[in-house]
Amino acid sequence: MNCRGVIRELSEYLNGDLDRATLSDLEVHLARCEDCRLVVDTTRKTIEIFCKAEPVPLPEDVRGRLHKALFQRINGKPS
Amino acid sequence: MLACAKSCANLLFGPVLAFAGTKPMRPVAATDPKPLPSTIVRDDEGALVQAAKSGDLAAFEELVNRYERRIFRLTMHITQNREDAEDATQDAFLKSFKNLEGFEGGSRFYTWLVRIAVNEALMRLRKRRPNVVSLDEPIEAEEDLIPKQIKDWGPTPEQRFANSELNSILSNAISELEPAYRTVFLLRDTEQLSTEETAKMLGISEAAVKSRLLRARLKLRQKLGRVLERSATA
Repeated sequence: MNCRGVIRELSEYLNGDLDRATLSDLEVHLARCEDCRLVVDTTRKTIEIFCKAEPVPLPEDVRGRLHKALFQRINGKPS
Repeated sequence: MLACAKSCANLLFGPVLAFAGTKPMRPVAATDPKPLPSTIVRDDEGALVQAAKSGDLAAFEELVNRYERRIFRLTMHITQNREDAEDATQDAFLKSFKNLEGFEGGSRFYTWLVRIAVNEALMRLRKRRPNVVSLDEPIEAEEDLIPKQIKDWGPTPEQRFANSELNSILSNAISELEPAYRTVFLLRDTEQLSTEETAKMLGISEAAVKSRLLRARLKLRQKLGRVLERSATA
């Protein structure tokens, strides 16, 4: 496998969805290609950063409008 | 938590109000209550959903408190418009409440809520910008996929940025993605839906989901890389 092949299989590799033969080819390439290792590592980090980021609290005005409108509508009142 | 939600209801809720449906309901908050310190999925979700199904509005409000941040962030990322995101969030919670009877519990309530919220957000995105926003995949050559900046990022962003600053960096990166890539990334990676679920929700093939996910990940990697490499060398 070459560098293009690694990019093509990157998502499936990170998802853990590669078949054994392709996985082996890819890991042989990674062992000798620092650039591809960096791309794999930073792409994995990208996903982790987005997954781990805690959402900030809703701005008070947004939260106030949401709760007021939601529960008024649940009670059958126009919001 | 359920017990807490129920006991808090006495403090938060005013007089009993008539519900639009036929089932008698417990008192409902008509004004903004204090947020409960809960934003993530926990083991008691099933108990809260069961209680909400049987008419416990305090339990439903606890579900709203728990997931409002994530649902608003999701609808904001999809629509890129605050007013649309607010409306989509409100309608998603309202529809989930009205359809609770039909919720079988085969999936997590949060996953079900995400599906509703995504539909609400996509509907508004298409309505607001029908001629600008296409969920069709942009035509790009395979050459465009090949990373051009290949450097180590140094310390993790969590060590370098406050939560609000990091959220701002991530929001900017997401906003620069084409809608076709943005939605797939949000559903697959941040909301952890399966390829099959994502394909069904967006009305595209599973192969398209995989292709878009790869491109979205590589583009976001490149965008984050610009910020992280710069701050690492600053």
